Parts: sequence; structure tokens; C-alpha cells
Amino acid sequence: MTTAPAGRSGQAAPARRETFSSRKLFILSAIGSAVGLGNIWRFPYVAYDNGGGAFLIPYLVALLCAGIPLLFLDYSVGHRGRGSAPLAYRRLSKAAEPLGWWQVLICFVIAIYYAAIIAWAAMYAWFSVTKAWGDDAGKFFDSYLKTAPVEDIGVSFDFVSGVFFPMLAVWIVTIVIMVAGVNKGISRANAIFLPLLVVMFVILVVQAVFLPGAMEGLNAFFTPNWEALKNPGVWAAAFGHIFFSLSVAFGIMVTYSSYLKRKTDLTGSGMVVAFANSGFEILAGIGVFAALGFMAAASGQAVSDVASGGIGLAFIAFPTIVSNAPFGAVLGVLFFGSLVFAGLTSLVSILEVIVAAFQDKLGWSRKAATLIVTVPVAVISMLLFPTTTGLYLLDTSDAFVNQFGILACALVTVIVLSAGLTALPKLQKHLNRTSSIKMGTKWRILVGGIAPVALGYMLINEIQTKSTEQYSGYPAWFNGVFGWGMAGALIVGAVLLSLIPWSDKSKLSDPEYDEFEAELAAEDAAEAAAEEVKS
Amino acid sequence: MTPVAITMMIIAMVTVWGGLALSLWNLARHPEDEGHLPEEMPHEL
Repeated sequence: MTTAPAGRSGQAAPARRETFSSRKLFILSAIGSAVGLGNIWRFPYVAYDNGGGAFLIPYLVALLCAGIPLLFLDYSVGHRGRGSAPLAYRRLSKAAEPLGWWQVLICFVIAIYYAAIIAWAAMYAWFSVTKAWGDDAGKFFDSYLKTAPVEDIGVSFDFVSGVFFPMLAVWIVTIVIMVAGVNKGISRANAIFLPLLVVMFVILVVQAVFLPGAMEGLNAFFTPNWEALKNPGVWAAAFGHIFFSLSVAFGIMVTYSSYLKRKTDLTGSGMVVAFANSGFEILAGIGVFAALGFMAAASGQAVSDVASGGIGLAFIAFPTIVSNAPFGAVLGVLFFGSLVFAGLTSLVSILEVIVAAFQDKLGWSRKAATLIVTVPVAVISMLLFPTTTGLYLLDTSDAFVNQFGILACALVTVIVLSAGLTALPKLQKHLNRTSSIKMGTKWRILVGGIAPVALGYMLINEIQTKSTEQYSGYPAWFNGVFGWGMAGALIVGAVLLSLIPWSDKSKLSDPEYDEFEAELAAEDAAEAAAEEVKS
Repeated sequence: MTPVAITMMIIAMVTVWGGLALSLWNLARHPEDEGHLPEEMPHEL
């Protein structure tokens, strides 16, 4: 981070906004954020469950028609507004600031439980060495977490040391990265962790495809069920997956793109990020289903009987595979190590949304903002999740923050930007200013038309599902407080945070941004003059 | 693996990894504007 010399009036000029020192580091960090736990444990099962090989069609349609256009939308908001989510939205319109705070609060909820999963994965990498789960990985998972019976669901402060200490380590590592800043912390961590993740995962995939039965797993994964394409639910699953996988619409890409240099190829960089994220998912699908094929063959079952996703895949199915596979310990360390690195790079990006927002609004220094924000987040996380009820809380908050946080916020954001503020032409122009791939009317139609329809359809479906049956069979009060209540509180909190006045030292009055705006205005004027001469 | 599964696997790899290769190629054709590098570069890859 560079600090400008004292201003003309003798007053210290505000610190310059940090910038990724190269486009390569931005791309690595954005890929690090997009490639998370979901790529490894969510995509393979979603694809298998929604048509296998045929899922590729809705997946690619969703990627090209919603994922990439929304990614570019985030880039244009962040890069043009040159600020964290609240500031970038406020620079489009004062009334849009709560959208930014809504995204910040979504990131807060995700951050507090994400650290717990990374801690479990770190412990499981260690457990893989001795195959500590014996021959019943399901029972071991419950005994590791010391999960209370569902009748005792609630918030207990009965801490589980096997989760508490690794979580503490995760938070310390993350805070150290965050304190170091965008260049010395975030991009350096991504420059180390992301290549490490790719190398580890490629080795895992190679090992998995040579396991006995692997071909049966790949057969199950890639055999197309064309009938599935007639089911609207399969299309919704594709749009939903792409949407969550690319980390769009919850502030991360807005924040990261605000750290890009003024003249940056936004769309060209975005295409690399989007296809790298999908490329990793295909790799994960091959690795996971090859391993599941082995598991099915070893237990004399069909692949359909052992296929699973999420926590069940990672902490129950995979340990079973590790126990039975030749060189299983290596497979386990590679798999859980990959989860740790994929999770850490995503957690860093999630926290950056929160840190940047407070830094911009209150004019704090990087170090102060990071410590004031991340330490309380870490404390809340450590109070709620390494406990005997942590799993229930994680399950409900994850499900509700995804659907009624990210999804709802994305829907409101695209409607506000396209219909409310009619900001899409301005943002399109900004994307086209320095980018190699130009956006035309189609982009505006995809963002302002297709995206709201797809997001609205998914949201209505989710509201219907979650209001007709209790999520995971948990008591109504639990889902009411930590699911619906939490999702509602995010909106109330966003409005309240918007009402806090901007500090005099805030980035709202930023000479650097004013200079940027003046440059844009001069470019527009020159363009208008040229048009006039032409006509 | 059945021929249809192999075909779908190849199509998936070609479209997604091919898309990545094309995106990288496009980016390489448009190098960064060196005039806008920040004054301090703490580290480079």
C-alpha cells in the first residue's frame, strides 16, 4: 500500500486505495475466491443428480447466460465505484447503499461458519494419516463433533476442543493474511495456496482414476440422462449452482475489482476466472466420482447407492474411501488438504468484503480496520460453532443465508440496477472502456431480463419448499430464529448500517476517485464532441 | 466406460478447458497497460 505525501494544505492526504500489483494476481485471487468447498463437494453431486453428462448443457447455458454476465456486473460496479460494496453502490445512488451492507452482512454469516468447515477438513487431513475413523466414518464424525442429540438443539457453550483449537488456528492464519493487506497478504496467500491446491488436486484425480472401479464411477457421472433436460428443476439447479459457484452478487467480486488498476481488461480477466472455476469443477467431478466408483466396487454396491454431496461426501464417504484405497492416507491428505486451501482462499475473500466496507466508511487504516472487524467476527465464530450444537447451527445458517441472503440480495440488486437506477448502460460503457471483450445489448438483456427471471424462479421455489416443511426436520423455533430470523435481520442490519454517517476521513470524499470521475467525464465529453463532428 | 459417457466426458473437457485456454489466449493478446502499474510493487509472482 502506498501512502501519498502530505496534501497541499498541509493536511495529510488520505491513504491511496490499495491496488493489486498485477492483473495476474487479481485473477489468481478471484479464482481463489470462486474455487471453494462447493466446487469440490457440491458440483459433482449436483451434476450427477441432475442428468449426469446431460447436465453439461444447462450448466453451460447458465454459465454463459447468467454466471458470466453477473460476474461482469459485479466487476463494473466495483471497478467503476472504486470502493467496497456499500461505497460502490452508494456511488451509483445514495439509495443503493443498503444493498452493499446487505452483501457485507451475508459475508459475515458465511465467514463465521466457513472457518469451522476448514478446521474440520484440517483435522481430517491429519486423521487420514492414521485412518482414525476405523470402519465407521459416520459414527466417527458424530463422535468427533460430539454433536448433541437433536432434542437438545439450540446454542450450547459446551465446547469441543478437537474443533475449537483448529478453528483458532484457522482464524489466526486468516487474520495474519488479512492484516498484511491486499498485496502483501491476500494476493501473496493466493499466489501460494491456489497453485498448491491445483497441484494437490491433480495428483488426487490421477490417483483416483487408477483405483479399481473408478471407470464405473465416471460412467455414472458422465452418462447423460437426456430426459432430465425436460425438467425445469434441473435448469434451476444449473443456474443455482453456477450462481453460487462463481461468488457473484455478495460483494466479493465488487470488492476485489475495486483494487484493480484503472485501465484493466475486466471482461478478458473475468472470462479466465469463470472458465478456471468451471474447469476446476470438471476436475473435481472426475476425481470425486472415480473415488465413489471405487467405494461402490469395494462395498459391492451401485454408484447410485454411495453417491452423495456436501458434508456427507467429504466427512463420511471420503474417509471410507481413504480406509479402503491403496495409499489411502495420501488420498486423504490430498483431498482434505485441498478443502483447506480452497476454503482459506475463499474465507479471505469473504472477510475482505467486511473489512473493506468498514475501512471505507469509517476511514480506518488497513491494520485497524482488519483487527477491529476480524477479531470480533472470529470471537463470534468461536463461540457458536466449535460446540456440540455447532453442526445444527451451521446447517441452518448455511441453507438460509444462501437462499434468502445471497439469492434474494442478488435478485433485488439486479432489479435495482437495471430497472430502478437504469444503471446498466453506464456500467456497460465502463466495461467496454478498457476491456477486450465488448458487452452489447445482449449483456443488458441477460442481466436485466434473464437473470431476474432465473433468480426469481429459484427464490420462489425455495420459499415454497422451506415454508411447507421444516428444514432438516429441525424444530420450527430453531429454523425461525437462525434461518428466517437471521435472513430478515440481515436486511434490517443493512438499513441500520447505511444510516451511520460517513466519517470525514471516509473514502466517500476521495481525491483519487474524483480524479477518476473527471477522467471518465472528459472521455465522455470527447466522445460526444467526436459524435457531433461526425454528424 | 460406455462410448456415450466417454463422448460426454470429452465434450465437457473440450468446452470448459477449451474455454479456459481461449480466455487465456485472449488475455495474452491484450497485455496489461504498464503505464498504470502502482508506484510500489511489494512482490511479483
